Amino acid sequence: MIERFEVEETNEMIEHENLDVRTITMGISLFDCVTPDLSRLCDNVYRKITDSAADLVKTGNDISEEYGIPIVNKRISVSPMALIGASACRKPEDFVKLAKAMDMAAEETGVNLIGGYSALVPKGMTESDRMLMESLPQALTSTDRVCSSVNAASTKTGINMDAVRLMGHVIKEVAEASSDSHGAACMKYVLFCNAPDDNPFMAGAFHGVTEGDRVINVGVSGPGVVKRALEKVRGESFDVLCETIKKTAFKVTRVGQLVAMEASRRLDVPFGIVDLSLAPTPAVGDSVADILCEIGLESAGAPGTTAALALLNDQVKKGGVMAGSYVGGLSGAFIPESEDQGMIDAVNKGSITIEKLEAMTCVCSVGLDMVAIPGDTSEETIAGIAADEMAIGMVNGKTTAIRLIPAVGLGVGDTVSFGGLFGSAPVMKVNSFDCSAFVNRPGRIPAPIQSFRN
Amino acid sequence: MEKVIITVVGKDTVGIIARVCAYLADNNVNILDISQTITGGYFNMMMIADASGVSVSYQEFVEGLKKTGEEKGVVIRCQREEIFDSMHRI
Repeated sequence: MIERFEVEETNEMIEHENLDVRTITMGISLFDCVTPDLSRLCDNVYRKITDSAADLVKTGNDISEEYGIPIVNKRISVSPMALIGASACRKPEDFVKLAKAMDMAAEETGVNLIGGYSALVPKGMTESDRMLMESLPQALTSTDRVCSSVNAASTKTGINMDAVRLMGHVIKEVAEASSDSHGAACMKYVLFCNAPDDNPFMAGAFHGVTEGDRVINVGVSGPGVVKRALEKVRGESFDVLCETIKKTAFKVTRVGQLVAMEASRRLDVPFGIVDLSLAPTPAVGDSVADILCEIGLESAGAPGTTAALALLNDQVKKGGVMAGSYVGGLSGAFIPESEDQGMIDAVNKGSITIEKLEAMTCVCSVGLDMVAIPGDTSEETIAGIAADEMAIGMVNGKTTAIRLIPAVGLGVGDTVSFGGLFGSAPVMKVNSFDCSAFVNRPGRIPAPIQSFRN
Repeated sequence: MEKVIITVVGKDTVGIIARVCAYLADNNVNILDISQTITGGYFNMMMIADASGVSVSYQEFVEGLKKTGEEKGVVIRCQREEIFDSMHRI
């Protein structure tokens, strides 16, 4: 029999510590839509998405109501569009039409974002991949809900520097195309190394090519719950600290698992994975940076930050893995700049720099996420930052990514506001020494040796 | 059996339990267990009930329950038991 204190604990987490299920994401394969006729392809894509996800939002809302747990986002990810559009698209503008079909389908189903306007190019690019990337400035500014990702590197293949260089250029163009909002369209685009096929989180979600026809993936959150639990063990040893994080991650993940199984059953779509990530929001008390402070740092970025984050990331996984039957996606702690009030404060105080963030990405689950950089940063410098991040992922066999926002018209000391869950970001200083001779070399960086790990 | 956990929190007044129980009976929901405390004038009740025979849709039932709470100046939540089970039981 459930005890009163257990009910109170759960409801306290939901009401006061921002416990929520961050997203139910339905992955949909679009391979059966492929046809060389572009307008038929757009129709097929629209119909497949709207048919498959017709009940997604309602089901999410029903589950949320019945269990009393907020389910913040309902989203869709689709097969990488560079593959789906390969036989029908002859120019970048053709891909934009596909993006618009995705956008319309997302609006019809009521989801807030749709991912999968993506290309997988860790080793080489097809003409179709290139056209999709070149279409991004138009695609991301002429749609509201479409998110895009490019996987440009992996541990097995190395780093496709041609793609990284092209993306440096494209990120600048996307920023310029959305200059009225200081480059905000860039927040709908992410560049990956070792991208997971089953990530439910945006902007990087796409439906992997090895997945089934449809799948339900769920992303859980709960930085506030971990922070509150750690307040009770101040000054205790590392084993007590780790045990507390594990137990909390376990409880949070169990909720995600329950929601995932229930959504899968009601929608009659196979359950894929639970992504057990600590995903912060700009809400006060929902911050990963605050957890780092609770562990014992004056501010995120202080010496010890990387170690504290490594510990946090590992314990979240250890606690969560036991709570879920299938764990996947990005699982770990997210450290976005703009979506975490503690992180924003740390940037404003000068305690965290882009270089320290880069070091932190070696031990957390993502990369340089939602980081605003000066609008006049060159495309070569952006490619250089991207290459560094890809190298960290490639050598360490982990996912890394960049989601940079060149804040057009703004410089260090200014702040870009994105609104809602995306928060606002102080523009960070970027090392301005030139790397163009490096990033302009054609070709790719070979895959790293997997032995002699020093 | 579809067990739900109903929690009622708010300032204590006359007839809170009576009103909630009457609403449950009207909707064919069977009460399995009740525990209740009052601390500092604040009423805190937890109820386990079987909602498998509920006579209206689940959504309507919960809406009505919340409204009943508002009329008495208390906050009522109704959640399926599984969320607590999955979080607190291995």
